[in-house]
Amino acid sequence: MTTEKDRSMALQKEMIAGHFHALSKAGESKKKVVYTFVPGNLTELLHAFDVLPLYPEINALQSGMRKRSGGFITEAEKLGHSEDVCAYVKSDIGMLKAGNIGPTGEKLPEPDLLLLSYTGCFTFLKWFELLKRQYNCPIAMLHVPYQGDGSFTPEMRDYVVSQLKTEIIPKLEEVTGTKYDEDKLRAALRLSAKAEDDLVTVLESAKTKPSPIDAYFGGVYYIGPMFTAFRGTPAAVEYYQTLKEEVFARAAKGLGPVTPDGPMGAEKYRLVVEGPPNWTSFQELWKMFYDQGAVVVASTYTKVGGLYDMGFRHDPDHPLETLADYCAGCYTNLSLPQRIDLIEKYVHEYQADGLLVNSVKSCNSFSSGQLLILREIERRTGCAAGFIETDLVDPRYFSAANVMNRIESYLQMIEQRRRGAAPAKVERHLPVLGSEGSLP
Amino acid sequence: MTPEQIAEKADALYHDLDLGRVKQFRDEHPGAKVIGYLPIYAPREVVDAAGMLPVGITGGRGQIEIIRGDAYFQSYICQIPRSTIELALSGRFQLIDGFLFPSTCDVIRNLSGMWRVLFPEKYVRYVDVPQNFDPKVGGKFFRGELGHLRDDLAKLGGRPVTDDDLRRSIVKYNENRSAVSDLFALRNAAPWRALALESYLVLFAGNVLPVEEHTTLIRDYIAAVNASDRPMRDNARVVTIGSFCEQPPLGLIKTLEMAGCYIVWDDMTLSKRWLTQEISTEGDPLTAIAEAFLTHSHSNAVLYEPRREKGDALMDIVRRTKAEGVVFAAPSFCDPALLEQPMLTEALDREQIPWTAFKYSENLGQFQVIREQAGTFADSIKLWSPA
Repeated sequence: MTTEKDRSMALQKEMIAGHFHALSKAGESKKKVVYTFVPGNLTELLHAFDVLPLYPEINALQSGMRKRSGGFITEAEKLGHSEDVCAYVKSDIGMLKAGNIGPTGEKLPEPDLLLLSYTGCFTFLKWFELLKRQYNCPIAMLHVPYQGDGSFTPEMRDYVVSQLKTEIIPKLEEVTGTKYDEDKLRAALRLSAKAEDDLVTVLESAKTKPSPIDAYFGGVYYIGPMFTAFRGTPAAVEYYQTLKEEVFARAAKGLGPVTPDGPMGAEKYRLVVEGPPNWTSFQELWKMFYDQGAVVVASTYTKVGGLYDMGFRHDPDHPLETLADYCAGCYTNLSLPQRIDLIEKYVHEYQADGLLVNSVKSCNSFSSGQLLILREIERRTGCAAGFIETDLVDPRYFSAANVMNRIESYLQMIEQRRRGAAPAKVERHLPVLGSEGSLP
Repeated sequence: MTPEQIAEKADALYHDLDLGRVKQFRDEHPGAKVIGYLPIYAPREVVDAAGMLPVGITGGRGQIEIIRGDAYFQSYICQIPRSTIELALSGRFQLIDGFLFPSTCDVIRNLSGMWRVLFPEKYVRYVDVPQNFDPKVGGKFFRGELGHLRDDLAKLGGRPVTDDDLRRSIVKYNENRSAVSDLFALRNAAPWRALALESYLVLFAGNVLPVEEHTTLIRDYIAAVNASDRPMRDNARVVTIGSFCEQPPLGLIKTLEMAGCYIVWDDMTLSKRWLTQEISTEGDPLTAIAEAFLTHSHSNAVLYEPRREKGDALMDIVRRTKAEGVVFAAPSFCDPALLEQPMLTEALDREQIPWTAFKYSENLGQFQVIREQAGTFADSIKLWSPA
């Protein structure tokens, strides 16, 4: 790996290790701990109350990457959790039952508050109801309306702001014994916006050829600090500035992304990926791409914690309203037509060869409707679309041979298109409902 | 009419995937629109007030072969969205002008967007219900959502929907709620007379019947049951839970009864009885609907319940119905029901209430295993319960 890459990676590693260490020492430092979710997280507000956020999805994915989630899931299933439901939840429950040891090997603290940011995922609701029974601590519920008709109306914003004022802030005040300080929140939001500018620059660097980044496998590292405990901190500002400089330097030299095996070879395929990654075989899956010269130039997963590349920035002048807008704009809170529009835009703007969908069993919020997305993108762009199936952290649903086979077939399809083979006709489905004909 | 004859009439409506009764409505009301709604909660009063027929969409009931619907969903997604798409693509929804997709789960939610893409000529609305139960916060938000729905339907129907229209519809649905409540009371008091399968069919008929007609059907059934003489069996009284969205096949309900279970309460037809009390006819009618939702909704997996522990509501039902056991019957891959289940079983274990669990899909065709499981469960209650 290059030394430039090492600097931002080292910074991130330090930040994350520091955070988990602070969590493990929360009892000694008397810091309050708030569990919350990545989509629609209120990190700046939590910083304003000087509490430590902890994200159960992150614990679950870390368990997946460390090959521990399989055992945790089995434990949860033994306790009666269905094999049909989200593996993140089961991994988290299993980890809890195994002593709640975090990714750095230190014990994680129990929550003082469960901040249920109910944004874009139904399972979040049940997840914290389950945790509440384990920890017997209060829940603060923030219901963020879904953009069913493709917009976030002023009434919806008022609803979220009202909840912040009447539910979230009072509960944070109660738990911490600290009064809400709006100036502190504004200061954090100002730092957020600065870091967000740099993150967008990094993500958009993939528009150049060759792309200096992988916006999916590499992208999940880039979004780490922004989507979790560090948004609104000077550390995040420094991290994104460093990252931006590294990426610019690589782009200036015409270099591609840095992979776990070192700098990637020649860029042959430019892909947009929809859906979360598989964490249990993350590097193996990435290798299937870079070994064949496939780089992901844009991804939807890196937008679950906010669509900054579509122009959103936290606005310190409207602190609560901007938190509402942020929550509502997270990717999984978008309607299917909005998602399709976004992916189409990515395919065009990033000059992609096509769309690859990674459909994960655990996440209906992402997966339900993906096959329609795939068809629509093929129809609108004429580009090839492909499909693989894995899971988030349940290793039983990762079949390397099948996935490899699908990826290879998909890249061959792109090659055929390049050689001028006509795409299979993708029909627009039914202009008039029910006009397709006879009843079975 | 006898209970069997009424159930037979309801059974014909159940099996009519071509929505003949909806066609009849359209013929009788030229120009009137029809609005489909998916499970669970939809404000049917607003649809009715607009002079439209609300039609419950409950999937394919195991009666259609799913070919095109499967092309839209991965194997790990439940059955109802694929059969719903199949019904639409096979022309069964031509009589329906618009669709309401309630905030039940991520699958139904995303289906609303799929509908917009696949059927752009149809009216589509995602019905977001509040998870904040403060009237000034969640109530205000939901009042606004209901206002948008009313305005949309007024535009679609080409006439305003007045407060008086809404009040009249609220009265009609209050009468319906009262009839449903009486039917459940009868089932609870004499489950050997008001059989679960018949009751289910009678309630299911409310998916296609205009509300007044449905109320009459329920009342007729109650009267017929009261006039009938059916033998009491030594069955176990059970509550079934988890079937609030994708519906179980009729064979499954019948199997439970034949296996020795009296189903004294279930959540199968929850969309017809989401509210446990009447909606007020005083003041602003949309505010009244919103407040009824906040204060009188059934406890259910899709609702956040800040004031109660999960399991408390189920225990209330068990006590109220004097149930001897609980049967968890959830559709495969149903996130709300299956994620909720461990919390409910924990509550039952605490109170030493026996339970059993299985999964189904709407097109399940083999019931032998369930029959054996339910039969063993009922026998164990009868043989080993303290009573």
